[in-house]
Amino acid sequence: MSIEIRNVTKRFGSFLALDDVSLQIPDGSLTAVLGPSGSGKSTLLRIVAGLEQPDAGEILLSGEEATAVSPQRRDVGFVFQHYAAFKHMTVRDNVAFALTIRKRPKQEIRDRVEELLELVQLQGFADRYPSRLSGGQRQRMALARALAAKPRVLLLDEPFGALDARVRAELRDWLRRLHEEVHVTTVFVTHDQEEAMEIADRVAVFDHGRLEQVGAPAELYDTPASEFVLRFVGDAVRLGSALVRPHEIVLRRWPSDGAVEVEIERIAVLGADARVELSDGDGDRLSARLRRDEFEDLDLTRGEIVWATASASHRDAKAQQTLR
Amino acid sequence: MPRRLGLRAIALGYLLVILLAPLGMVFYRTFQHGLEPVWRVLSDHYTVHAFEITLIATALAVPLNTVFGVLCALAIVRRRFRGKGLLNAFIDLPLAVSPVVIGLALYLLYGRTGWFGPWLQAHGIQVLFALPAIVLATIFVSVPFVAREVIPVLREQGNEQEQAAATLGASRWQRFWRITLPSIRWAVIYGVILTTARCLGEYGAVAVVSGRIEGKTETATTLIDDMIQNFQNGDAYAVAVVLAAIAVLVLVLMTVTRPKEAL
Repeated sequence: MSIEIRNVTKRFGSFLALDDVSLQIPDGSLTAVLGPSGSGKSTLLRIVAGLEQPDAGEILLSGEEATAVSPQRRDVGFVFQHYAAFKHMTVRDNVAFALTIRKRPKQEIRDRVEELLELVQLQGFADRYPSRLSGGQRQRMALARALAAKPRVLLLDEPFGALDARVRAELRDWLRRLHEEVHVTTVFVTHDQEEAMEIADRVAVFDHGRLEQVGAPAELYDTPASEFVLRFVGDAVRLGSALVRPHEIVLRRWPSDGAVEVEIERIAVLGADARVELSDGDGDRLSARLRRDEFEDLDLTRGEIVWATASASHRDAKAQQTLR
Repeated sequence: MPRRLGLRAIALGYLLVILLAPLGMVFYRTFQHGLEPVWRVLSDHYTVHAFEITLIATALAVPLNTVFGVLCALAIVRRRFRGKGLLNAFIDLPLAVSPVVIGLALYLLYGRTGWFGPWLQAHGIQVLFALPAIVLATIFVSVPFVAREVIPVLREQGNEQEQAAATLGASRWQRFWRITLPSIRWAVIYGVILTTARCLGEYGAVAVVSGRIEGKTETATTLIDDMIQNFQNGDAYAVAVVLAAIAVLVLVLMTVTRPKEAL
């Protein structure tokens, strides 16, 4: 099911959470809504689910006006950051909830729950209560629960935000694979750019309630539409008057046109790459990322003075201009 | 550990002197002369009737205040409306005001010169000095308990579970019965037990509005008082023991039902 967000504005008191946001999410896509906390991304997701009402604008689901439709009739699956597990129910009853209230036949419910528990790899946990599951298991249970009634859209609000790094990485892969299997239109909210870039086909970047840019991960990285996107998606450092990616910095032992004189403060070799931390004449620090062979050819040492330029040749000239 | 032992001794000693000694005394005095006199008093027509009145008032007040308490708690925690602070404060009123004052207020309201009195009299409805007044007084004094137990639990739970249920297709009604009520059930049970205990033990407000007509509007507590006034101390002990036994039973129920982590 496609989602269309048209000119949505939402205020909480004097705080402007969403400022005239329009966004189209194609059927079957896996979209990340990325932004720092307070950027309005969760509010947008909650408005799509019907858990919040916009002050202005509309939501269309499959091309049909749905702004006034209650959450229970929107046919969306929603996964909360803190799981929202039904504490007084077993894993089985949690997953079966959407089917139980729809009064489906017992056998059908049993089969569907089995199938879902297998999908989220919780087969042996059906009779446990959520309090006896780990965070990752609870979130997988919540996902199975959201998928039970075969929603047309799956919405995930910082689904991995409360989990530790290892479990997070595991669940990322797993969500990606799940989307390939189930193929339901999926939107997830995250403040972690790496997570967004890794999982999603499309990323929508938000800041201060405004949609900054939407596109494929590579597009955002290579042709950011604003300084905010450049800084937020991937690393960015300030070299002279320009913002560049650390890997775009080229170091030379002699001055050239537009090169900035810098001192090497620290060197760290990180496998295939090396990170060189520099400080310019004004004492501002920046770090460059060099390929290992490049780094070794240069034979840099701490305390040396070198000249840094940026090789942003592949970047759109127009985007560069807006950045400066 | 001597300090902790000291603390424990103070706590237990205090309870012993203030609570258990008088209660023990009542039990002792009651069964001093065996079971026969106790049974004679308890099977007396007037005693049975007094307990009936107490039980009727309790049986009406408890369900009413349970429903009201849960609704009030939901409104206070989940809704935003004008006068919420006032409602929150009013719930505690019966705890803050002496039951005698509550009784007096009811007396003035339903009395011959009160707001409701003349109308009720014109329609032949007897409230004061009859069962309705006893029930009203009992309801009044037992209002706060369910709401006070449920409010903190609802606050702690938040409403994410209900939101999740909504996105899964549950209607408001289904969310209440399948999610909200089960998750506050211990608080409700606890509140019901406290309400019951309060209703059974109510004296002050009922004493003012019931008229204390023997065999008609006498409740268990006012009967005890009357017996003492008439120097029938032995009889009073017997009735008191039944009330005390119910209280102990309530305490036991409370301890058994309370989830372990709450202790």
